[in-house]
Amino acid sequence: MERVLSMFGSITTGDPREWLRALWFGLGVPVLAIALFLVVWAAGAARVQTSLGAVPGPMQVLAQARNLLEDHAAERAKRAQFYERQEARNAKRVAEDPKAQVKVHRWTGKPTFVDQISTSLKTVFTGFLLATLVAVPLGILCGSSRVVQAALNPIIQVFRPVSPLAWLPIVTLIVSAVYVTSDTAWFEKSFLVSAITVTLCSLWPTLINTGLGVSSIDRDLVNVGRVLKLSWYTKVFKVVLPSALPLIFTGMRLSLGVGWMVLIAAEMLAQNPGLGKFVWDEFQNGSQDSLGRIMVAVLTIGIIGFLLDRLMVALQSAFTHGATR
Amino acid sequence: MSKMIGAATGQAGINRRDVLRSASATAATAVLISAVKAAFPSGAYAQSPRLEKEQLKFGFIKLTDCAPVLIAQDKGFFEDEGLFVTVEAQANWKVLLDRVIGGELDGAHMLPGQAIGATIGFGTQAEVVAPFAMGLNTLAVTVSNDVWAAMKKHIPHQGGKPVHPIKADALKPVVEQYKVAGRKFNMGMVFPTSTHNYELRYWLAAGGLHPGFYSPSDISGQIGADVLISVTPPPQMPATLESGTIHGYCVGEPWNQQAVFKGIGVPVVTAYHIWNRTPEKVFGMRRDFADRNPNTTLAITKALVRAAMWLDEGNGRNRPEAAKIFSKREYIGADYDVIVGPITGVYQYEKGDTRPLPQFNIYFKDNASYPYYGDAVWYLTQMRRWGQIAEAKPDAWYLDTAKKVYLPNVYLQAAKALIAEGKASAPDFPMTSDGFHGEQGGFIDGVAFDARQPNAYLGKFQIGLKGSDTVRS
Repeated sequence: MERVLSMFGSITTGDPREWLRALWFGLGVPVLAIALFLVVWAAGAARVQTSLGAVPGPMQVLAQARNLLEDHAAERAKRAQFYERQEARNAKRVAEDPKAQVKVHRWTGKPTFVDQISTSLKTVFTGFLLATLVAVPLGILCGSSRVVQAALNPIIQVFRPVSPLAWLPIVTLIVSAVYVTSDTAWFEKSFLVSAITVTLCSLWPTLINTGLGVSSIDRDLVNVGRVLKLSWYTKVFKVVLPSALPLIFTGMRLSLGVGWMVLIAAEMLAQNPGLGKFVWDEFQNGSQDSLGRIMVAVLTIGIIGFLLDRLMVALQSAFTHGATR
Repeated sequence: MSKMIGAATGQAGINRRDVLRSASATAATAVLISAVKAAFPSGAYAQSPRLEKEQLKFGFIKLTDCAPVLIAQDKGFFEDEGLFVTVEAQANWKVLLDRVIGGELDGAHMLPGQAIGATIGFGTQAEVVAPFAMGLNTLAVTVSNDVWAAMKKHIPHQGGKPVHPIKADALKPVVEQYKVAGRKFNMGMVFPTSTHNYELRYWLAAGGLHPGFYSPSDISGQIGADVLISVTPPPQMPATLESGTIHGYCVGEPWNQQAVFKGIGVPVVTAYHIWNRTPEKVFGMRRDFADRNPNTTLAITKALVRAAMWLDEGNGRNRPEAAKIFSKREYIGADYDVIVGPITGVYQYEKGDTRPLPQFNIYFKDNASYPYYGDAVWYLTQMRRWGQIAEAKPDAWYLDTAKKVYLPNVYLQAAKALIAEGKASAPDFPMTSDGFHGEQGGFIDGVAFDARQPNAYLGKFQIGLKGSDTVRS
């Protein structure tokens, strides 16, 4: 990305040789590398025989991706029919008994691949949002008070490296015990379990970086604040946050990356109907198409992870643009 | 011990009260009964019941014995009953049970031993009931190619092919060779209270191989074992066999056929040969769900009965279509070619050795979907035989526990409603059954089973706990 930007930068300087060089590094090399990767993949995959047949090459994976999208369209058509049937049924009921209470029921079919992507995104953002809401205030406390920092540091160091798979059973049991679902519940338990697991694992980069950002504020700024006798509120929002913002965003960017990785693992076990469950179900299916579909999911996970990272970079530059560091 | 008996009679008391309450006092049940009564003259039952809960979620494991759930969903039988059901594949049996108990799933394709084990507190404690049995047989024991080659020498052949049923007697010398070489002989099954565990143990013990005991302090189930049995999730069975971690396994389809297709193992015996009416799975739900939602429970049972009927209709003419449905990725998802054989009554033991086995999957015929108390008692006897029930229990305890878990009355109510609607015919159902078979044969070791005398039954086995035996570990 930076290279592409510098490419535009060099247009204004007007040196055609510079411009070509930038084009070569910004576009030529990556495209060639991807092409080479595809060739190696296509040549190598056919040679590896698994118990489910040969490892699928790029063309088979593309075909599976197309299948999944067609499947999505077909399922949407079925859903429309489902609601039509229900409407007809309810209309008949009301005709028979005008006082009858009719309900509209949710679609009962399988989640399609597209649905699963959107479930995963919702879950990861919920978990990430929770993590940010906890981590930023805690980080500010940590950064501004040595006592708090000394107190929290060991806890952070111990919990930071814990894998999502270790958290999952604990979260599952606690959520099952505490959260009672009914027909009208906002969230599924599996959704909460996955989201909270994401929170627990993605909390730490934001927390540590916020602490670091706050503790390394320019002393002069702090002193000026003291001289002006700023209120606590003004101090936090006018002095601390603006100067710690770049590092907070760095932490959040790392957190979202961690969260996305953790989510896939959590979904495999918590049965949250997202991409992780898709991969696990396909593994269990063990059909000839399963490996191809799993690869579609792997690529999707990778591309979404990349886009999420870009999103955080864009947010960071939007919010911290021109801020004093 | 006396404490146990005290508790047991206490439970029996609760049971009787339950029956009384459900017959008269509970308003919901009264509604149910009047609804059923109203159904008989008019046959207009389908429009009348008020379903307490219409939007439901059911779990299943990717195995062909969950067929009635998938068929009821795919053929719209649930929707006919006014139920809006989502079916969802679960990662493993433990997750499935926990999600039923936790209320995330309203019901599930379940191992009978799970429902019974949960109710008596072996493993997770929760009351689970089963108004519907999910069919007969459908499992098999597969061994690796090496073990098969060694076993084959001890099996009588006819026309160049091994004579079935193959007994574990042929496996015994192989296990002994392993022992002499100082190697462990490992086999996989799917869950400690699974049908597969008990059938595998039954088969091994019938051939003089000790499958190991459980004790309250050691739940590995390997105390004193000749063959070490441990848990592997069904879909991972072939891969685990291929890697050499286990030398054989007992699992449902399509995972035995997959071993043949992949050329990594050979099925040696199927459930039909171990016990010709092995009760395979049940539809399990939490007791309080069934109590609070009697109309919904009845509607679910009706849909499942119709699905079972569809599966066995016209001598199995719908089975190829069923195999096609199962191969959808949201259902079982394995390839059609792997699923279709056993489903249509053709079983491949080895490449080039395919035999007819019409009894491999029975879903409805011979009252296969009726939840006999006797079947639950059989599971309890096997739990006792291998030490999962650590202490002796009186015969009455076995019967009372079976009656707490299995709900044949709900099944018969569903049958009556379907008959009244003209969707089923009375001779196909055991309308006068009290939930017991009488003495049953058909076991590989020739031992007869009478569900009314569980302790006497246990006394007939050479290997296994009986009387007041306990396991010391």
